[in-house]
Amino acid sequence: MKPAPFGYADPTSVAEVLDVLATEGDGAKVLAGGQSLIPLLSMRLAAPTTLVDINRVPGLDRVSAAPDGVRVGALVRHAHLLASAEAAAVQPLLGRATARVAHPAIRNRGTTVGSIVHADPSGEMTAVLAVTDGSVTVARGDGSAPVGWRDLFVGPLETSLHGAAVVVDAFFPALAPRSGTAFAEVARRKGDYAVCGAAVVVTLDEDRRVAAARAAYLSVGAVPEVHDLTDAVGGKPVDSADWAAAGELARGLVDPDGDLHASADYRRLLVGTLTARTLAEAAAEAERRTP
Amino acid sequence: MTPGTDTERTISVVVNGVPREATVPVRRLLSDVLRSDLGLTGTHVGCEHGVCGACTVLLDGQPTRSCLVLGVQADGHRVTTVEGLSRSDHRGGQVLHPVQEAFRECHALQCGFCTPGFLTTIAAGLDARDATQPITDAEVDELVGGNLCRCTGYANIRKACRHAAEAMRQAATR
Repeated sequence: MKPAPFGYADPTSVAEVLDVLATEGDGAKVLAGGQSLIPLLSMRLAAPTTLVDINRVPGLDRVSAAPDGVRVGALVRHAHLLASAEAAAVQPLLGRATARVAHPAIRNRGTTVGSIVHADPSGEMTAVLAVTDGSVTVARGDGSAPVGWRDLFVGPLETSLHGAAVVVDAFFPALAPRSGTAFAEVARRKGDYAVCGAAVVVTLDEDRRVAAARAAYLSVGAVPEVHDLTDAVGGKPVDSADWAAAGELARGLVDPDGDLHASADYRRLLVGTLTARTLAEAAAEAERRTP
Repeated sequence: MTPGTDTERTISVVVNGVPREATVPVRRLLSDVLRSDLGLTGTHVGCEHGVCGACTVLLDGQPTRSCLVLGVQADGHRVTTVEGLSRSDHRGGQVLHPVQEAFRECHALQCGFCTPGFLTTIAAGLDARDATQPITDAEVDELVGGNLCRCTGYANIRKACRHAAEAMRQAATR
């Protein structure tokens, strides 16, 4: 349970990070919070030749909440994002989901961006990035460019980023007007990886009828998926919408795998239950936010 | 200029208020640096992948798994281990942190393996909260939820949290 030998660099600028990544080649891995990476090293599931620690790069530890969304720097710890009332005001899912990331001691060190680029389908923040239609900013030698979540996630623990590239922030668009969100997950113990989870957004029209309902799930599928559930509840007032029907629709749309912790059938059942529960909660919030 | 990569480094860490130096392989975990290089064996290593919480120390005051941080990453930072929770009294003795007193009072440990992680986590949590307010059950559960104990069934650990919080409340409102 000790990491295999590696070389270590802790550059102090993004340009230097990219230089080291370019020099060290494919064996190099970026280290931010390390709360997923270091266990992988200790269990020898990963053996990078070089770790490029970005913790000494200044300027990456900021949460910037603006009317159009929240930008979260690559060194922002989950605990920092969880404590940001400004971020939660712009996109309430951020506070709701970070509260469910592991335990406080892990949240003190683990970073939100790190958990996104770790691309674990059971991660909370991958689902939140997807359901909010967010993106990450990728820095390369020739400049920075946004990469949308659909182009980022390739498979379990795999992103489309290769070569000398580092994600410097993630952007979560603001919650639209007349909208509400909810987040729920089922785990064997508090703080464990979710057996299943749901992050949802419901938007109402000016007559307070459901205009859109969409959901992303945790631990369901190889990469985050967003499912549009509007067909089951669209056009209905909040108090007469059939949320259970939306849950049924979601159950038919997902294709979860079974594993040691839960069978595929049980996960599908949880998708239905969590969908119905979270959509109702999000719709109630959307109503409160509708003038 | 591209910074080079190292396989060994000399690090300076303020541990329990004392500046310490050690030359360590870069792959050595902070938990092993504390135990093997600095001789502070109060930090216990259980699962070694972040699940059990036994190795929790305070990194710049924040509870952190020392098995999920490299020793080199602590360079220039402050670390508090269970050995550093008590403070010296004016007669040259040691005064236990209220949570340490409470663990003794409430019999909140049996084998003691998990205890250092509980003590550091709970001490930091209680020190960070408004001590004048009574502690809620939800707060207690959040304090202990990230650490595994295989002996006690948590009842006495939770009792010790409430006991310590009450002692700190009385001290704060006296």
